[in-house]
Amino acid sequence: MAMLEVRGLEAFYGHTQALHGLDFDLDEGGITTILGANGAGKTTTLRSICGMVSNNGSITFDGEGLVGQATENIVRKGIAHVPEGRGTFVRVTTEENLRLGAFTVRDNKKIADGMERVYTYFPRLKERRNQQAGTLSGGEQQMLAVGRAMMLQPRLMLLDEPSFGLAPLIVKELFEILRTINQDEGVSMLLVEQNATLALGLADHAYLLETGRVVMSGTSDDIASDENVRKSYLGY
Amino acid sequence: MDQFLQQTLSGLANGAIYASLALAVVMIYQAIDHFNFAQGEMAMFSTFIAWQLIAWGAPYWVAFVVCLAISFIGGMAIERIIFAPIHDAPALSHVVVFIALTLIFNAMAGFIWEFTIKEFPSPFPSELPFATKLIGPHELGIVGITLIMLGLIYVFFRFTPIGLAMRAAAASPDSARLVGISVKKMLGLGWGLAAAIGAVAGMMIAPVVFLEPNMMLGILLYGFAGAVVGGLTSPGGAVVGGFLMGVLENLAGTYVIGSELKLTFALVVIVTVLLFRPAGLFGRVVVQRV
Repeated sequence: MAMLEVRGLEAFYGHTQALHGLDFDLDEGGITTILGANGAGKTTTLRSICGMVSNNGSITFDGEGLVGQATENIVRKGIAHVPEGRGTFVRVTTEENLRLGAFTVRDNKKIADGMERVYTYFPRLKERRNQQAGTLSGGEQQMLAVGRAMMLQPRLMLLDEPSFGLAPLIVKELFEILRTINQDEGVSMLLVEQNATLALGLADHAYLLETGRVVMSGTSDDIASDENVRKSYLGY
Repeated sequence: MDQFLQQTLSGLANGAIYASLALAVVMIYQAIDHFNFAQGEMAMFSTFIAWQLIAWGAPYWVAFVVCLAISFIGGMAIERIIFAPIHDAPALSHVVVFIALTLIFNAMAGFIWEFTIKEFPSPFPSELPFATKLIGPHELGIVGITLIMLGLIYVFFRFTPIGLAMRAAAASPDSARLVGISVKKMLGLGWGLAAAIGAVAGMMIAPVVFLEPNMMLGILLYGFAGAVVGGLTSPGGAVVGGFLMGVLENLAGTYVIGSELKLTFALVVIVTVLLFRPAGLFGRVVVQRV
């Protein structure tokens, strides 16, 4: 059974329907990516999983239904969301951001261990630990967002455009770290990206979204070698 | 020189009153990201509850603790019943509700307990173990209690996960939910704590100005001024700001403007601080890069 099963997912912003019956699966341990142009519904899909937009249909995580549950309770099941715009707690320090990430973790030793691991992956955050988080650079804030998500000790990480607005070198570094986290920590990932080349390089499975519907799915290699995808999304 | 010392010390005593109210204002600002105009009247109402308990024969400290508990629950109830439904409304709607609450509490207190002034006991001994004419025992007690409250609040916000979560929930509710914080619970808790701190402030103030529904009128403005001067994001700043306002009020009243313009003075200070240092003397200037 897949770790995350989405069936007939519809989502609404007021009267505007953003998703029209989405079906997809995500296997434990893997990295799955959702590709699509602006407005295809990628962010909405992630926000639906976390209960942040009104939706219907079914979303099952480990056999348990998520639709209709409050965001904070969904998160507690081990789903960490790295949101669009990074969601930094700007008024508090870097380290306090990480502590907030571990809000649901009660064991102090686990929190300390988690923080050490985050600092190992992102040494830059350790240098900036006592700095007000709003003053970090865009790249550092993205690392902080991933670090904060790790502090939850999640089984599934939802990543919303982590490459957005970052210099190519930083993006490369970040994606390598994401791969390491996936392999070493066994965290499954659902990645939403506009940069298809980058996403297909990291993910093992991919879904292609157009105006709120899945139009194609398969392994990353299959999708990457598809004639139409190459022309429309990869640009060669 | 003697007059100067005398005025400064009695200014500090008044300042303690302002500081305790400023502390309550800042506390709720941390929790809800809004400036609660009704804070003073809530504190006044809490004090009446304590007065009633004492009138019914409860010992002072029993009344004190029960009053804190009732205020805490009452604050949470106000959040749940009145503010939760308008949570996403614009700031102006909140302002209107704050003003409405002010009037409601004032009128309710008048309706239940009437507008005649009442005496409220001080928990501190009437004589100091050492002789001084410069500051009374109750004033000294207020200073002490204010500093203790400040210490507790500092520890709570700075070192406990719940305190940190409260700050996070107020400033970035969406991100807070995504790390598993129930923003609803945090808001309720914030209101409860602010109401309880306000109740302490009210019970400290009442022996000085006597208990009546309008007792906060003159104090509120200075409390707000103290909070603004110190910085709305800084509990410690609010306390320093409160003391500062007390001393400045006295010195300016004695040497510069006379007592008629004292309240105007508070407003001038508020406007001046907002013009030149909007974050307050100790407030954290929030910088955000994108």
